[in-house]
Amino acid sequence: MINSSSDNVKKLNSINRRMFITGSLKFFVMIGIVSRLFFLQVKENKKYLTLSDKNRIREWKLAPVRGEFHDYFGNVIAGNFEAYQLHVIPEQVEDFRYVIYRLKDLLELSDLEFKKVLKKKNEIKPWETLIVSDNLSWQKFSKINNHLYDLNGVKPVISISRNYPFKENFTHLVGYVSQANQDDIESTQAIKKNFVPGLKVGKVGLEKTFEEKLIGTNDIERYEVNAYGRRISQLEFQKGEKGKTLRLTIDTEVQKLANELLKDQAGSICVMDIYTGAVIAMHSSPSFDPNLFVFGISQDDWQLIRNDPMKPLVNKTLQGNYSPGSTIKPIVALSALENGIVNTSFTVRCTGKTEMYGQTYHCWKKKGHGYVSLRNAMKQSCDTYFYEVARKLGVDKLSETAKKFGLGEKVFGNLFDIEKKGLIPNTQWKKNALGKGWLLGETIITGIGQGYIQTTPIQLCLMTAQIANGGYKIYPHLVVDDKVKDQPIDKFTPLYKNSKNIKIVQDAIFGSTNEVMGTSYRSRIDNPKYQFAGKTGTAQVKKITEEERELDLKTFQIPYEQRDHALYVAFGPYKNPRYALSVIVEHGGNGSTTAAPMATKLFKLIIDRHKIRESLRNKKYLEI
Amino acid sequence: MYQHTRLTTNRLGFFQKFRNFDYILLVCILLLGFISLATMYSTDGGEIKFHTKSHFTKLAVFTLMMLIMSFINIKYWFSIGYLAYVVVVGLLIGTYLFGITSSGSQRWINLYFINLQPSELMKIFIIVCLAKFFHRMKLENVNSIYTILTSLIIILLPMGLVIVQPDLGTAVLIAISGIAVLWFAGINYKYFIYTILGFIISLPFVIAFLKPYQKLRVLTFLNPDKDPLGAGYQIIQSKIAVGSGGIFGKGFLKGTQSYLEFLPEKHTDFIFTLFSEEFGFVGSAILLVIYAIIIYRIVAIGASSRSYFAKIFCYSFGAAIFVFITINMSMVLGLLPIVGSPLPIMSYGGSSMLATMIGFGIVMSARVHNQQLIA
Repeated sequence: MINSSSDNVKKLNSINRRMFITGSLKFFVMIGIVSRLFFLQVKENKKYLTLSDKNRIREWKLAPVRGEFHDYFGNVIAGNFEAYQLHVIPEQVEDFRYVIYRLKDLLELSDLEFKKVLKKKNEIKPWETLIVSDNLSWQKFSKINNHLYDLNGVKPVISISRNYPFKENFTHLVGYVSQANQDDIESTQAIKKNFVPGLKVGKVGLEKTFEEKLIGTNDIERYEVNAYGRRISQLEFQKGEKGKTLRLTIDTEVQKLANELLKDQAGSICVMDIYTGAVIAMHSSPSFDPNLFVFGISQDDWQLIRNDPMKPLVNKTLQGNYSPGSTIKPIVALSALENGIVNTSFTVRCTGKTEMYGQTYHCWKKKGHGYVSLRNAMKQSCDTYFYEVARKLGVDKLSETAKKFGLGEKVFGNLFDIEKKGLIPNTQWKKNALGKGWLLGETIITGIGQGYIQTTPIQLCLMTAQIANGGYKIYPHLVVDDKVKDQPIDKFTPLYKNSKNIKIVQDAIFGSTNEVMGTSYRSRIDNPKYQFAGKTGTAQVKKITEEERELDLKTFQIPYEQRDHALYVAFGPYKNPRYALSVIVEHGGNGSTTAAPMATKLFKLIIDRHKIRESLRNKKYLEI
Repeated sequence: MYQHTRLTTNRLGFFQKFRNFDYILLVCILLLGFISLATMYSTDGGEIKFHTKSHFTKLAVFTLMMLIMSFINIKYWFSIGYLAYVVVVGLLIGTYLFGITSSGSQRWINLYFINLQPSELMKIFIIVCLAKFFHRMKLENVNSIYTILTSLIIILLPMGLVIVQPDLGTAVLIAISGIAVLWFAGINYKYFIYTILGFIISLPFVIAFLKPYQKLRVLTFLNPDKDPLGAGYQIIQSKIAVGSGGIFGKGFLKGTQSYLEFLPEKHTDFIFTLFSEEFGFVGSAILLVIYAIIIYRIVAIGASSRSYFAKIFCYSFGAAIFVFITINMSMVLGLLPIVGSPLPIMSYGGSSMLATMIGFGIVMSARVHNQQLIA
């Protein structure tokens, strides 16, 4: 017993000692846990609270409302309209099959469209919105609304979308919007920032150029969501800002007339204020309806536009490189005057053709013009005279003057990425580009706007405007900008050496339109209010062979692609010039018969509209 | 021997037994039960649904069972020590042979009226068995090869049966329960030190033998941000929930992490996360204090018991419960890798609660019969 009890005591001592050790260990471990809790819940609380909110709060961005385009008078060129859409949230529909087939009947969906909807449905989560139709007609929309009792879970929604009320009238200028693709997102920061699925962004034209201003900012909805992304409740709605509305210098009436004049023909018309550089109209024909692109163009429509031989997708005003033909003659004359090569009394005898350096150069008039001075040569567009002048002037001096007046350079700078520079050749250029020496014969044909020289219609318009305003530099623009500080400093710097020379050229151009024998005499307007001065041009698309020259075919007898381009540049009213224009009709035949009559109609309207435009400008600050 | 026992037996009347109750322990257990019910109610989204109802039923039945157990003499619990161990081992073998497979492991056995997880019961009965084993042993015999080998077999047999389920977490907890008894029985310190050293040295080899998902858990523990949506998800979300609770918590039924289903396993292993999110640092501290009081009372009952069996059982059970709590909390607080270990009483799960309540029942019985000697 004693043995056993002493053993018991030892055992008790041992167990109690170990209990003490265990107890102390427990104490320290407990402190460890409490300090961990303290660390997480008190010290790091903020961090984890943020993480928890990040977990449970999710933002949904809604497409921003795009800024509009207005014309000078406030008419909406590119606006927003309420598109009627049909949304279905699959999990809220009791019998999805029934509803979707019912919708198919009601909306008269084709099998292809129907399959697309079903495919979309399989791609989204059941609580996400399925857009069955993004642009319903009012009839169908109201039909759906009448059948809503039968369509559980179907939501008719009014959403805001782009609309171009003037359809094809402004397509090349304003461009169009369509669904943003990967390239758009990567290239433009504003698109990346505001991107939501289905976001429409500018693809060409000003819509693309001013994307950052137009896009606006997203509406943001904040929802509490669960771990599976299902929305539980809305916490906040943050209204986005509508994009900036841009007012253009364009006059819709003039733009519409330009459309009408070029209907069924390929070509371009642009009209410009010769002092402010404001572009009044800028049209490239043929055009197409930009509304087609907003909800994705159908394959048929796309093929129709793409395969049109008149190339509606090309903006001819900015991208079209044309030989200027005789419309370059004012610059040739001016350059010769400025460089002292000729004076007003210098005459050349035109016999219809002239031999130079072993080659025969023809004047457009077979019989010749006889003895012509500068004024007469310009008036009758005598080629022989300008061959001689160009020969004496040399291409380098000519190109210098031409470049000064805006040829060979982008008119709008970086505004349009598609704009072409045209080409004003000189000896240096040829050596660099073609690696060959300049031939004198090339100078001679450059004098009548043929050969290497290429200009865009907007350049011709600018050139004419700068001659018309007395030879001062202007910067064409399309957007009315109240900020004067952005004006380039060299605006209105003189481009001439002697202002008299400009006057001489202006007068010669006046003769060309308003005097008997002038090339556009038939298109003149006698009323001094509308009286304008213009220079015709006929640009050959191919070299005329001797044989063809003998045949002397009428325009309609030549195949379309081989007909000459008809050009016309003009400014008016002559007494007190204000506007300049350029007209180009591709394969239109002759400048004086095809292009010049359009100018007549245009000037009547432009000058009538001028008063309205001026009164608006004067009232501008009062109205706001 | 029997004579001696009979002589020293003082038979207690019903009311005497009632008076001997440890009411502090009882109140703490009931309080804990109440808190666990409230938390379960919160996991059900603030409604009385399946988990709440089921947890309530189990809590009521097992608390009653615990009370009944406490009226039964500690002698009796001593006498069934080996038998209970054998029965549970039998159940583990049965589980291995005819168990129910759920989420990749075979842990449950269908006993017609209840689906039981015998490995949970083993956490307690290994203590009962080993306590009985060491009860009669003289201190000089404790460190004999025979004793050590026998006790190791007693521990390793159920461990092996649990590891094959596979359920490494519970196997480790069973081992910890057993080792706790060995520790209190007076096995030489050097064995513990050698074991710990040996474990540390062999750790790289152990890791090599782990199953891929277990390896992933260890790696995830070391760097949860490596795969935040995959393996690291549980730890990260749990830490976010606890951390975002702050000092006073988000409020009852307002734990966004659990309510919005970011928390995994919120009924079982991660119940403390939810509690901590809703009641904050203060609530968690109070819960820890309740657990601390429970463990303290268990140890105190052990200290006041006359019989060595009761003493060693209480000490070991107290240590085991402490370790269970610590492992669970460390796991949800990102201090340990994820091992499946429930939080006693708080976590949903019948077998775990049954085992814990049996433990409490024996402790309570030791308290009621603290003057009882067992030869």
